[in-house]
Amino acid sequence: MKTLRILLLLCLISSVTFAQESIFNYKKLPSVKLKTVKGLPFSSDSITNNGKPIIISFWATWCKPCVRELTTIADVYDDWVTETGVKLYAISVDDSRSMTLVGPMVNGKGWEYTVLLDPNSDFKRAMNVGPIPHTFLLNGKGQVVYQHTSFSEGDELNLIEMVRKLNRGEEIK
Amino acid sequence: MKSQICYFLGAISILFLLPVTARSQDVIKGSEVHGSMQADAAYYLTDPKTGITDSTLAGKLIRMNSFAEVNYSLGNFTAGMRFEAYLPPLTGYDAQYNGTGVPYWYVNYKNNFIDVTAGNFYEQFGYGMMLRTYQEWTLGFDNSLRGVRVKVMPVKGITFKGVYGVQRYYWEPYKDYNRGIVKGFDADFYLNDIFTSLNDAKVKLTLGGSFVSNYQQGTTKDIPYNGQMLALKLPENVSNYGGRFNLNIGDFNWFTEYAHKINDPSSLNNYIYKDGDGLFTNISFSKPGLGISLMSKWIDNMSYKSDRSVSNNMLNINYLPAITKEHSYALASMYPYSTQPNGEVGLSGTVTLHFAKKSPLGGKTGLSVAANFSQVNGLQKKQVNDTTFIGQIGTLGYKSGFYAAGDNVYYQDANIEVTKKFGKKWKGIFTYLYQTYNKDVIESHAPGDFGTVYSQIGIADIAWNITKKHTLRWEVQGLWTKQDKGNWVAGLVELTISPAWFVSVVDQYNYGNTDATQRLNYYTVSAGYTNHSTRIALSYGRQREGIICVGGVCRYVPATNGLTLTITGSF
Repeated sequence: MKTLRILLLLCLISSVTFAQESIFNYKKLPSVKLKTVKGLPFSSDSITNNGKPIIISFWATWCKPCVRELTTIADVYDDWVTETGVKLYAISVDDSRSMTLVGPMVNGKGWEYTVLLDPNSDFKRAMNVGPIPHTFLLNGKGQVVYQHTSFSEGDELNLIEMVRKLNRGEEIK
Repeated sequence: MKSQICYFLGAISILFLLPVTARSQDVIKGSEVHGSMQADAAYYLTDPKTGITDSTLAGKLIRMNSFAEVNYSLGNFTAGMRFEAYLPPLTGYDAQYNGTGVPYWYVNYKNNFIDVTAGNFYEQFGYGMMLRTYQEWTLGFDNSLRGVRVKVMPVKGITFKGVYGVQRYYWEPYKDYNRGIVKGFDADFYLNDIFTSLNDAKVKLTLGGSFVSNYQQGTTKDIPYNGQMLALKLPENVSNYGGRFNLNIGDFNWFTEYAHKINDPSSLNNYIYKDGDGLFTNISFSKPGLGISLMSKWIDNMSYKSDRSVSNNMLNINYLPAITKEHSYALASMYPYSTQPNGEVGLSGTVTLHFAKKSPLGGKTGLSVAANFSQVNGLQKKQVNDTTFIGQIGTLGYKSGFYAAGDNVYYQDANIEVTKKFGKKWKGIFTYLYQTYNKDVIESHAPGDFGTVYSQIGIADIAWNITKKHTLRWEVQGLWTKQDKGNWVAGLVELTISPAWFVSVVDQYNYGNTDATQRLNYYTVSAGYTNHSTRIALSYGRQREGIICVGGVCRYVPATNGLTLTITGSF
């Protein structure tokens, strides 16, 4: 029994190491129906940025670290866009309880992101997101090259550095 | 126990093996494998001061909730499954979760015209008052449907959905009509897409309608009443239907959904035969720097489950979220509201303002203010006739008019939050709340048992960026009330080192408890490490009993003391 357990554990570890291999990378975003903050239909296929990098951040109005992340980035977002052409899509997983608050809050805070609603977490589920905040970085081809869960101040510097790398055509490890 | 752990490890490994084999064969180019997992494990200690003794722990010192999910996709085809193990479930989760299994699996095919799912699925019609299935891991909530779902998009702007299935109930398999069969149909029309002439119109309109029906076998039920058996005749098919619209004109948005449910006597409404009604409406206006949202909700006898005898959170077919603000600070969420499905009338208003940098009020760094007020009352109820008292079993129950609010205040919350940066390195969030919490109603106690709790809460949340990667954050919170457990203070210190580490110390102190033996400190020390999408957190300490809510569902959590380990990951 013990050997079996060790064997299984090895399988587990080896499969995690394989996580760097191509089959585990999102080569294309899953196609899911979202809504704009105005309640209009929007398909995740339309998450594009003319060949420039894209940041996708899963958040909710009630999630303090998420709001902290988006507030921190909002301060430098203009500079980021000018410098790198990056575009941030903020996917709110607020459900019916608070989804109608998302638009007023985003506007009220003066955020300039493209904010989309995912009220029954269909996109969140399709992207295998657990706890939020959860951030994805996509290269110009729309492939996920990096993802990170949770937020601490300073993470945004790491993120923009990777965007710069992508623009220089370097690999993200 | 040991063999269960073995099975669990085995099953997890198989889930992880699946992608490995898929990869090594690399059968078909373009396939992808993704997944996620979480394990919440706890080692519980006795703590006589909070009533945790050897007998309450009953020898089950180590407990774990965990899942692993894998999804495979190839072109238009997706399939996935989730394995769950509760060995045994953490305290506060229903003991019926004890066990392991695969409660969720599906295969899906979709293109631009059709989307078909067989197996388990999560679905929502409109706002959710007729149907919503979803999962909330932290609450132990899952009402997924197992059956078939078909979505058809005949032309741009039109979506039809049909669902047919049975809901998850812990580990109990469906057989012999042991719970209801749910059927639903939904149609959604976005007029500006349908009519090309409206494509660029300033006015945008979406219309939708749903019909849901639940079949539960059994036309009669005997219920003891006044010392004799009352034979109730039951409706086997209960339908819930309604419509919605969303109107958008520039910065202005108006959403409304109405639902009507036919008679549905259940253990939650004390087996009355009254029809149910629900109406939700939200009007919002926003432009850069200003957001205003007003919403109101009327719910009258709208509980809708696929088993009328179940009275806990499981088997909900529809979703009735609270319209009050969801708070995340510890003391602000000590008295959270949850919808009373048998009836309530509520309203809520929120204003968010941002004063830009270099404006008179914004100062050098800008200033954000968010204010919110909400109130929920019970319904005004009248007797159906002179001989029937209000809510009497086996009758029409009561009469109540459209939006007829009663005098009984269930909940009220007035709060304001100010966010301000001080220079480049300091940031503060300051919150004040005044809450009124009808403990008897919200926690289902007998009237007068606890009464209403009036509390004032103040919170300061300060962050200091010591360096670009190091941030120290403090929270100081106070809750003052003359009722219930009296006054509390709470403090938090947290150090984060981007992008990987955090350490925090939290203490909540119930210094104002009238019972001197209960003036306890609830302290927790935590540390965590994050690497990409994998996160490990360890915490040690005492948790107070309380109610945690996510979205519209709340769960009671008993006091605990011990060590908790949480691992989450996705790929």
